[in-house]
Amino acid sequence: MIVAEQKPFEEIKGLIADAEKVLVVGCGTCVTVCFAGGEKEAGILATSLRMATKIDGRPKDVTHLTVQRQCEWEYIDAVGESVRQADIVLSLGCGVGVQAMAERFPEAIVVPGLNTTFMGLPTEQGVWEERCAACGSCILGLTGGICPIARCAKQLLNGPCGGSQAGMCEIGKDTPCAWQLIYDRLQAQNRLHLLLEIQPAKDWSTSRDGGPRRITREDLRLAAEAAE
Amino acid sequence: MDTPTNGFHSGSRLERILRAGHFAVTAELGPPQNADPQVIRKKAQLLRGVVDAVNITDNQTAIVRMSSIGAAVLALQEGLEPIAQMTCRDRNRLAMQSDLLGAYALGLRNLLCLTGDHQSFGNHPTAKNVHDLDSMQLIQMVVGLRDAHKFQCGDEVKGQEPRFFVGAAANPFGDPFEWRPLRLAKKVKAGATFIQTQLIYNVPRFADFMDLVRKAGTHKQVYLLAGIGPLKSPGMAKYMRDEVPGLDVPNEYVDRMTSAADGIDKEDKKGRNAAWRAEGIKIAIELVRQVRQIEGVSGVHLMAIEWEEAVKPIVEGAGLFPRPEPEPLPTAGAAQPQIGT
Repeated sequence: MIVAEQKPFEEIKGLIADAEKVLVVGCGTCVTVCFAGGEKEAGILATSLRMATKIDGRPKDVTHLTVQRQCEWEYIDAVGESVRQADIVLSLGCGVGVQAMAERFPEAIVVPGLNTTFMGLPTEQGVWEERCAACGSCILGLTGGICPIARCAKQLLNGPCGGSQAGMCEIGKDTPCAWQLIYDRLQAQNRLHLLLEIQPAKDWSTSRDGGPRRITREDLRLAAEAAE
Repeated sequence: MDTPTNGFHSGSRLERILRAGHFAVTAELGPPQNADPQVIRKKAQLLRGVVDAVNITDNQTAIVRMSSIGAAVLALQEGLEPIAQMTCRDRNRLAMQSDLLGAYALGLRNLLCLTGDHQSFGNHPTAKNVHDLDSMQLIQMVVGLRDAHKFQCGDEVKGQEPRFFVGAAANPFGDPFEWRPLRLAKKVKAGATFIQTQLIYNVPRFADFMDLVRKAGTHKQVYLLAGIGPLKSPGMAKYMRDEVPGLDVPNEYVDRMTSAADGIDKEDKKGRNAAWRAEGIKIAIELVRQVRQIEGVSGVHLMAIEWEEAVKPIVEGAGLFPRPEPEPLPTAGAAQPQIGT
């Protein structure tokens, strides 16, 4: 899932400082699951903003609602009227959600309430870790199902570097060395030979470096759209 | 392109020293955090004639310094033979190749290919790191430019190709320990001809590493220079033991450094410093002598960080001075390089 965390409260206050009517829009998908921008968080944030702006002597009209998926037109179209009535939309969606709102309602001022952080998973209650960097060319089949692009601080394809110590990365004693994990797993599976091959320079053009990415599936496109 | 190297990769002094079977001595010269060429010139005076070649570090520990290529050219002008270091942290494949063309054009002939310390260690921790290539792929690219006359993309180098004597680093003390000799072999497979290791203080453990290297036969395919560095003070010894990832400093040396100043008044800072430094140099000399006994070690790489004055006494103390003068490049028809004797 996409993992995000709420921006510092003072930063959020700054983003909405010029508006009177604020609409907080939560999202019912990834950011709900990671407790950053779901129905509950949108409600708490709206209440906090009402109280804080009242204490500051400039009370704002803060309302909130949550859509099931902020990254799809059909869900956000349903809240168009509320968006049009607000001076500003504080989106608690991920970066995709914020942009979907801004794209669908170009006249609205949409600001982010979250910092979208990574694609990952909860490793325990209250702890999330990055797992995928969306490089567009998956190599997990070579690395024991552990991604060095997302999890090695240097994105090495032929690791580990000399900074791997006692299973930890040189950048910090609480960051596991991805290449130690890869080594351990492949060793346990008797597949260490995979690491003896030199992985050539990566083609980053499928990654963000190639520019904004787009997938077109002709088999899924509607006839009218395809004819455009 | 006909390049008169006659079977040598670059014909550098270091390559000729190693190929002749001499026990090589290299040192490290750290460029300054400013644009003053005199810093390099002064340090060069301390190393000229004392070592066979000098590594010029590339934004070492992720701190901005004079560029390794710029500083290496200054060192070259001062009569040293530089080994330019290049890390993958700060440049992508375009910048690296363009710098390699420039470095060769300016007279550099040795290159050490490194991954690079993470930027969080340095003075620009908020920087974006590059790592377009890793050290293995950098070696492949440099060797490809030299031997296949091809840029990384496959385009032909039309005209003079950059010819470097290509080295890489190895850390015998990084984890997983059993993987380290295999990683070294991988770098050799990628095309590295010499290896300089991380600082060695735990010689028995290094010897275990070399056992594995010899079992794989890698020592016959590469020149391995063991990294040795003098300790400056007990504080530095403890810091290196406890804080530096990938270093293994046995307590024995921390204790020796501590007791070196026994009996010297605590107020006599100069006296204590001198005693510590003398002990540090003594330990380094012992380490050089010990690693020299290990089969497969072709030389030492002396890393006296910001203490270039220490290099000469270590080289002398270890019986490695004066340095041999290698044969000049042979004329046409020389044999291909043979490693290991």
